[in-house]
Amino acid sequence: MTTTQSVPVTEAPDDPRWQALLGVRGGRWGDWVRQRGVYVALILLVLFNVAATPNFATVETMQLLAVQTSVVIMVSLGMALVIGTGGVDLSVGAIMAITAAVTAKAYTPDGYGVPIGIAIVLAIVVATLVGAFNGTVVAAAGVQPIVATLAMLVGGRGLALMITGGALVEMFPPFFGTVRESKHLGLPDIFWLAVALAAVASVLLRRTAFGYRLLAIGGNLQASRLAGLPVPRTLITVYALSGLLSGIAGVISTARIRAADPSYVGLGIELTAITAVVIGGTLLSGGQVRILGTVAGAVLIQLLENTLVSQGARDSIARIIEAMIIIAAVLLQRPWRSAS
Amino acid sequence: MSDTRTLDIDLETSAVAADAGGRQAAAARGRALTSLLLRNGAVAALVIVIVLGLILVPTFGSADNFRNVALAASFLAIISAGMTFVIISGGIDLSVGSTYALAVILSAQYSIDGSAAAILVPLGACAFVGLVQGLVISYFKMPAFIVTLAGLGGIRGLVFFITDEGNSVPKVPGHKSFETLGTGALGTVGTPVWIALIVFALGWFLLNRTAFGQNIQAIGGNTPAAELMGLPVKRATTLVYVISGLCAAVAGILTTAQSGGGQEARIGDSYELQAIAAVVIGGTLLAGGVGSILGSLAGITLLFVIQNLIVQGANLNSYVQQAVSGAFLLVVVVVQAILSRRAAPPGV
Repeated sequence: MTTTQSVPVTEAPDDPRWQALLGVRGGRWGDWVRQRGVYVALILLVLFNVAATPNFATVETMQLLAVQTSVVIMVSLGMALVIGTGGVDLSVGAIMAITAAVTAKAYTPDGYGVPIGIAIVLAIVVATLVGAFNGTVVAAAGVQPIVATLAMLVGGRGLALMITGGALVEMFPPFFGTVRESKHLGLPDIFWLAVALAAVASVLLRRTAFGYRLLAIGGNLQASRLAGLPVPRTLITVYALSGLLSGIAGVISTARIRAADPSYVGLGIELTAITAVVIGGTLLSGGQVRILGTVAGAVLIQLLENTLVSQGARDSIARIIEAMIIIAAVLLQRPWRSAS
Repeated sequence: MSDTRTLDIDLETSAVAADAGGRQAAAARGRALTSLLLRNGAVAALVIVIVLGLILVPTFGSADNFRNVALAASFLAIISAGMTFVIISGGIDLSVGSTYALAVILSAQYSIDGSAAAILVPLGACAFVGLVQGLVISYFKMPAFIVTLAGLGGIRGLVFFITDEGNSVPKVPGHKSFETLGTGALGTVGTPVWIALIVFALGWFLLNRTAFGQNIQAIGGNTPAAELMGLPVKRATTLVYVISGLCAAVAGILTTAQSGGGQEARIGDSYELQAIAAVVIGGTLLAGGVGSILGSLAGITLLFVIQNLIVQGANLNSYVQQAVSGAFLLVVVVVQAILSRRAAPPGV
């Protein structure tokens, strides 16, 4: 997996006061730490766990972490692409809920009673269309992304609950068991799927015209228009991809709990995903995306949560510590980021 | 029918005027209500929705209903006033829902020490929370989105810590005089509505008639330029988050005064999104620099009127209401965006 980004980045002149504060004096080592703060934080957290958490370095713990992280990674990848265009997608959790509801409606005998494979494909297609709809509202109507996807955040979960009649729907297709249980090389297939999707996203960004268009739009929308880039088409595709990834995440979440739970699946995941993307080193202002950083950011957040739980921290304390670590991670990267 | 048609025309002209208004911001301000109607899409949308409601939903037009809507909207309205300052300065404050919860809980907790404590402690605490976030944003040059996102999580954690993980929520003991702030009425309209109006009047003055207001508009429009002009960018940016914290505190104190405490620790969840929606619907650009605080008032009123119409107009499940609210919000923002874009000169 070679997903290190070589996308051109706007580098801001380093602020010496900052370097003094952080105890680094610039140079290669300082740059390296700052550009890769998320990896440093991740390694430190892993080392801490190896030392302080009993049974941390076991296959079971790693497998659990991999499963827990996969859904966040997938959603964060879509979010990273959207943020790369200078937008944001608040509707990812709502799209997960819609996916879960459509899967249930299509599969259960009370609904359409189709085979699970078709139900899943249908649900993911719907998720992609919802994403494309978001993209259309943003690109064609010119609504600010945060507001367009906010409307979907509000309405989407209501729609999902309408589809299931407001209820949680249990489902027991054998395929869900396969999704949960199957492993390769000791890690769950769900995790490998997340890794594969990250690799695809990276190639898409670095090796295709679409990827360059995406970053160009995020870097300078006006210039992209004037240069004749197909801005609306690109934006619609990006939001559709975010919908697609949220859809896959929605199906996996449903398979994991053996039920479509439109009230709670993906609730609040939009903020987790945005956090993962940003602590991974992607600028909110767009024009640059770090895929591997995003994956590391997602793992960092999940591992942090697990660590605080295993250290017996009260939930409230855990939240406060998480907030501080988010600030610290971004603070570490700060001198490298351009002022936006 | 004829009513609707005239209003449609108003909406058309409003977008044209809104753009011009943005350009000659200072000149266009402070005109009569008719001018406001023409300039601001949210006000026009609000009028259309109210007219439709009066025609279609018989129970909507009662004075009682209007009073209830105004009272229900007043808390988020105050939060939106603070959010308007933040967004005009080019930032965003995702922490307002948690800060509001902090004020609700602290106000109830310290009411045992008297009404002054029930008001002053939350004001001080929320101003401090805003100050810390503002300092981090302005002096460390960190993205406001991230800092206040951490604030959203961290302050909510603090609220849960104070309330023993939400298990012991404080109540106001006996009767305290500050409770009349929430339960009282001036004329027939509840005190929170008047306080919300005072907050907006003060906000309008601060934004449009003081150097501080001009500064934050300049900062939101172009921060490097504002720095080069020698404006106190850092101080003004920090103050904006203090204002937002104070507004959340006022809303929180009023909530406790109205309810007598005992609110859940998760109160105010997702208020930040509603406040942002209100501000943006009100015509303030998320990019900063251009905005109208009275537009935010129209925006939040619009959200609550829509909600009220959905509840009154049809007997719907809560989740159907949710779906309809989302769809309605979408229609409003799309129409607004298309109108203002048509008004913009070609090539922009």
